[in-house]
Amino acid sequence: MIKVYTSSVIEAPAGTVWARVRDFNGLPKWTPFVADSRIEQGLPADKIGCVRNFRLKDGGVIREQLLTLSDYDYQCSYSILESPMGVENYVATLKLTPVTDGDKTFAEWWAEFDCAPEREAKLAQDIGQGVFQAAFDSLKQKLR
Amino acid sequence: MIDAPIGRVWEVLRDFNSHSAWHPAVGPSEIENGEPSDQVGCIRNFSLKDGNHIREQLLALSDHDYLSTYCILDATLPMKNYVATVQLKTVTDGNRTFWHWESTFDVPKGREQEFSELVGNGVYEGGFAGLRSFLFNGKEKFRSKIKIESVPAQGIVATAFGGPEVLKFQALGVDEPKAGEVLIRQTAIGVNYIDVYIRKGLYRMIEPPAVLGMEAAGVVVQSNSTNFMVGDRVAYAAPKPGAYATMRAMPVDSLVLVPDFVDDETAAAVMLKGMTAEYLLHRTHRVRPGDTVLVHAAAGGVGLLLCQWARALGARVIGTVSSEEKARLAAANGCEFPIVTRSYSFAKEVKAHTGGRGADVIYDGLGREAAAENLEALALRGHWVSYGQASGAHEAFPDLGPKSGTLSRPVLFHYTGERAALQEIAGRVFAALRDGTLKVDVRHRYPLAAAADAHRDLEARRTTGSILLLP
Repeated sequence: MIKVYTSSVIEAPAGTVWARVRDFNGLPKWTPFVADSRIEQGLPADKIGCVRNFRLKDGGVIREQLLTLSDYDYQCSYSILESPMGVENYVATLKLTPVTDGDKTFAEWWAEFDCAPEREAKLAQDIGQGVFQAAFDSLKQKLR
Repeated sequence: MIDAPIGRVWEVLRDFNSHSAWHPAVGPSEIENGEPSDQVGCIRNFSLKDGNHIREQLLALSDHDYLSTYCILDATLPMKNYVATVQLKTVTDGNRTFWHWESTFDVPKGREQEFSELVGNGVYEGGFAGLRSFLFNGKEKFRSKIKIESVPAQGIVATAFGGPEVLKFQALGVDEPKAGEVLIRQTAIGVNYIDVYIRKGLYRMIEPPAVLGMEAAGVVVQSNSTNFMVGDRVAYAAPKPGAYATMRAMPVDSLVLVPDFVDDETAAAVMLKGMTAEYLLHRTHRVRPGDTVLVHAAAGGVGLLLCQWARALGARVIGTVSSEEKARLAAANGCEFPIVTRSYSFAKEVKAHTGGRGADVIYDGLGREAAAENLEALALRGHWVSYGQASGAHEAFPDLGPKSGTLSRPVLFHYTGERAALQEIAGRVFAALRDGTLKVDVRHRYPLAAAADAHRDLEARRTTGSILLLP
């Protein structure tokens, strides 16, 4: 099991950032790499257990299931059901913490998963930088 | 501490509206605006039995951490800023569950002790006891009928491919449930036409000697899973044969809990056929009021359920059957126009009943021999759903162009492969049984050892509706 951890500081209040990232079907609105997304079977995007089915701009299709959503402590976790990435037991968590000094947000995003040993380094880079950090960068731009 | 596995306890607690079923202090409760009870942000509106009234909002829910957090929005009690968290943890020593429930709130000065007593003892301790009784008491009642203990493992083995004579009643090895499995003492087993195909070797789903059977109901006597506990009443329709047995170790993926209002025989009779009717009418094609539906073999196991359910959905149901007696049975189950035919000719009559239009959707289990008639009976832009092939496999389908038709070739297990979907489909079947939309008429019961007789009667078309084997 390997763990990829990314964190950042976003220049906006945690409530504002949460309003943007809370929508489990909202990836196309704030990440640079998702082309389109839908929730399977027309379920609400904040129903625990719902599945988002989204297409990356490079064409890959990913299905992820919502495991946790907390409006109380700004946290969301999900697992991958299907993806072209070749990962097993993948669970990721996105968590926001208010920074009282300046009304900013400390954002953390981490994932744990299994994969073939020779692919660990590349996947850690792709997910940590290519996905989580890229999404943080995009969020910072949009909320500037 | 609750003496039940964590997944089983969580299944109850994750439902934000379940408290009226298990908490002794809680009266009627409903989720506002008809939202799902596992949608974060939903509000439950309920009365306590002491007359107080409370609205609470779900703030967080985690299937990953077995955690739920909620707050009080309004209450007739003087509590402010109330936030509570329920969290479950696994006790690996014994496959039990540790339940943590805590809250913070403000009350008028001087009444802290009173409210801490009320919430701690009345609400939480009362709740713990209530859930225990909810999980275990039903089982006490059940215990009087079926002993929750293993019996000698015996079953019907297909000793070779062939006629009913290849079926032999034999002692079987008892399987210990592996991780993620439970051992079921089976109480009723469904017989389906697919069992005949498998016995003959037409569907190569076993290599003899092997146990037949796709569906059954029973009680869990040993659990190696976090989702089911000993004493749970369960049922399944699973893609791997092996149901014709007194005992069976099963992976929990295909198991569902059977609600109190469904008895074992009904559950065993309805898993495969009821779930098939559910997906055919709601998923493969979404039947709307006013649709004309053509159901073949309308007096068969699936056919009767399709007629009942399609009629309840507001469709006009036309059916085909092989005898006058079966026509009467189909008519009594919602089929408005039963057509008696033994030669697969029905298109003319379907058109006559629809002013020449044809059927909007055809549920076809007949296969090859009826293909040309089905195309003829299909309305323009109609949907032809081929879910079985009793008269032989289709070699090629006719060109659908002349009707702008749509063809589907669905298979049940492609709809029930994911647990959430399985539970939704089975839940809808059970709800339809409860509200009377579906009525299962078990007319044929055989001892498990007489499975060969059941097959003979089924193949000779001597049966209608559901057939069960009873261990």
